[in-house]
Amino acid sequence: MKKQIYDLVIKDGRVIDPALGFGHVAHLFIKDGKIAKIENDNISSRKKIDSMPDENVIDAAGKIVMPGLIDMHVHLREPGREDEETIVSGCQAAAAGGFTTVCCMPNTDPAIDNQETVKFVLSRAELADARVYVVGAVSKMLKGEELSEIGDLVKAGAVAISDDGGYVQNPQLMRNALEYASMFNIPIISHAEDDFLCKDGVMNESFQSTRLGMKGRPAVGEVIAVLRDIKLCELVGGRLHIAHVSTAGAVEAIRLAKADCVDVTAEVCPQHFCLTDDMIGEKFDTNLRVNPPIRTKADIDAIIKGLVDGTIDCIASDHAPHAEEEKDVEFDQAPPGMIGLQTTVGLVKTYLIDKGYLSWADAIRKMTQNPARILNLPVGTLKVDSPADITIIDSDKKWTVKKNDFRSKSKNSPFVGWKLSGKVSHTILGGRVVYDGK
Amino acid sequence: MKLQSRHLIGLEGVSADEISLILDTAVSFREIIERPIKKVPTLRGITVLNLFYEPSTRTKISFELAEKRLSADSITFTKAMSSVKKGETLKDTVRNIEAMKINMVVVRHGSSGVPYFLTQCMDSNIINAGDGSHEHPTQALLDMFTIRQKYGKLKGLRVVLIGDVKHSRVVRSNIWGLKTMGCSVAVCGPSTLQPYEVEKFGVDVYTDLDEALDGADVVNIMRIQLERQQSGFLATQREYTNLFGVTAERLKLLNKNYTVMHPGPMNRGVEITPEIADGKSSVILEQVTNGQAVRMAVLYLLSGKREDGE
Repeated sequence: MKKQIYDLVIKDGRVIDPALGFGHVAHLFIKDGKIAKIENDNISSRKKIDSMPDENVIDAAGKIVMPGLIDMHVHLREPGREDEETIVSGCQAAAAGGFTTVCCMPNTDPAIDNQETVKFVLSRAELADARVYVVGAVSKMLKGEELSEIGDLVKAGAVAISDDGGYVQNPQLMRNALEYASMFNIPIISHAEDDFLCKDGVMNESFQSTRLGMKGRPAVGEVIAVLRDIKLCELVGGRLHIAHVSTAGAVEAIRLAKADCVDVTAEVCPQHFCLTDDMIGEKFDTNLRVNPPIRTKADIDAIIKGLVDGTIDCIASDHAPHAEEEKDVEFDQAPPGMIGLQTTVGLVKTYLIDKGYLSWADAIRKMTQNPARILNLPVGTLKVDSPADITIIDSDKKWTVKKNDFRSKSKNSPFVGWKLSGKVSHTILGGRVVYDGK
Repeated sequence: MKLQSRHLIGLEGVSADEISLILDTAVSFREIIERPIKKVPTLRGITVLNLFYEPSTRTKISFELAEKRLSADSITFTKAMSSVKKGETLKDTVRNIEAMKINMVVVRHGSSGVPYFLTQCMDSNIINAGDGSHEHPTQALLDMFTIRQKYGKLKGLRVVLIGDVKHSRVVRSNIWGLKTMGCSVAVCGPSTLQPYEVEKFGVDVYTDLDEALDGADVVNIMRIQLERQQSGFLATQREYTNLFGVTAERLKLLNKNYTVMHPGPMNRGVEITPEIADGKSSVILEQVTNGQAVRMAVLYLLSGKREDGE
């Protein structure tokens, strides 16, 4: 029998890797879980493919082949709420959504504020269908009072720190955290919403909250929080990453800070470029309750502009599973958050690429190269010898979001029933096919 | 003429014809209340659940009496004496009660959107008796009934709503209803208690009471909740009364034949002086009597809209 030179080949796909500046039809060869080579179509590459058994060939003709996507903002709920999500189930959802890498937030129970919990999460992730990187806590038990042992967290594998779910209210603590984290060259991810201005708010403050008689979370609550963090970062250095930007004011603040060479980066989530607050009054769907809240058309326009001009570096899902019984309640009693791992790619394609705002290369950059750079991850590219993490997307395939297709243990998505374009056809993790569209 | 919906969730989106239908229907029920025997068999066989998650005196008794006068079987649920304390969800609670075969639900709840939520998990007709700061449609209907009773019309009248606009469901329902019926509507209160972009309701917005009252026909005074000062919305009760308390002196700014209204419960001496609360232009008690008639009309009209087409 002939010796197998390659384990897997993805043939005839349009290969797009912004990190390599690559963007044309080619064949991708995989060996030992790594990218072995990318070759243009010619007699020699055809010959290699023809010599391989069919089961080791993925035909990507008409599809887009990209580095495995990175979702730098997910909640996996383990430890503590394994009824809502586990590391394994969350990674299955990631695989089905085209993400080979996820970064999980520390607001678990117990919180990821110590080495042992980091190690626990990483050990659970070993056999999962995606790579998991851990974001550790800024403060002990996320209380916003004392710094957690950030050095220890980094040693155990944390790639960033965050008190996500809430803002670090105390500016002195935030200042210290930025200074302290800079020793380890990791970013602080800020959930920027001022608690006093947003307290008890359940939706964006606008005429819609006025009309529905609901307590609002004003846009300025985010803007002030972002500006404070930017000013602290400017003062003491360190690296600041603003999570889930939702307002026009925050986009503008980040744009100006970048022009002033402050080391700030930012991400947005699909809900903040697809959903508006006037949808809440239609059915009081608690799946539309999320922090920061869904805003207005004007905010969406500003976010898209920020995506286009590079003010916004990344697209992440803020995948936040919640149990059905916790969401099937009065609107203001429901916990904030929605799942997103399996809808992000379709929403990006339908609302950003199809509308002409971003090219595929732009969008891929914001879900591969940029998060990898910010978090210093060894993934997000198809460079030879990189881990063979690959996402293949059937870019024009129309599909409908169905509750039963969610692999997450929770189903809290406001996008159920939405018709989207762009479907993940294969997800490959370290050379292993973890999702094949079925 | 029928109502478009089999529920009454709010007055937003309810047409002038529908509001007129309810008010016209209420006229005949108002007459029944004056009879020696205040009972008709209209809703015999219909079971109504009054689901009160918030304390209420007027609205609860008003609905209960309206149901009894229409011969409905009615039961009242209050949060204090229920399994809610044992952690049962709202959805489970109402589905369990509905399993005992009820037809209509009157609901009062502190969360905006609950009446709509109930339409999604029950088959009963849902009547909103106040949800959060969202709507309180029967209160606005009885307010309009009372105004129409006095003036013979609604169109063209100037109505001023005074007080905590931000947290008031009565104000919101009044705005929707009065605007639909062709009234000119103004709101007046401290700027901290005006919700964001309130002018988008299509109302005139005042923070000066004298300016608001100038040339108005009806003044509807909302209860001010004294705990608002703890949340930093108000300085002191004294200052509120100085700035927004309605007094006999200030009423001189209104048109002749003016009307004073209050949905209750009143803080006498705070937002309204006893003198005008009990004065000849006050229709506050008439509002309460009319409330029953309006609620009878709503119950009657919606009961005919049950899904089985009865």
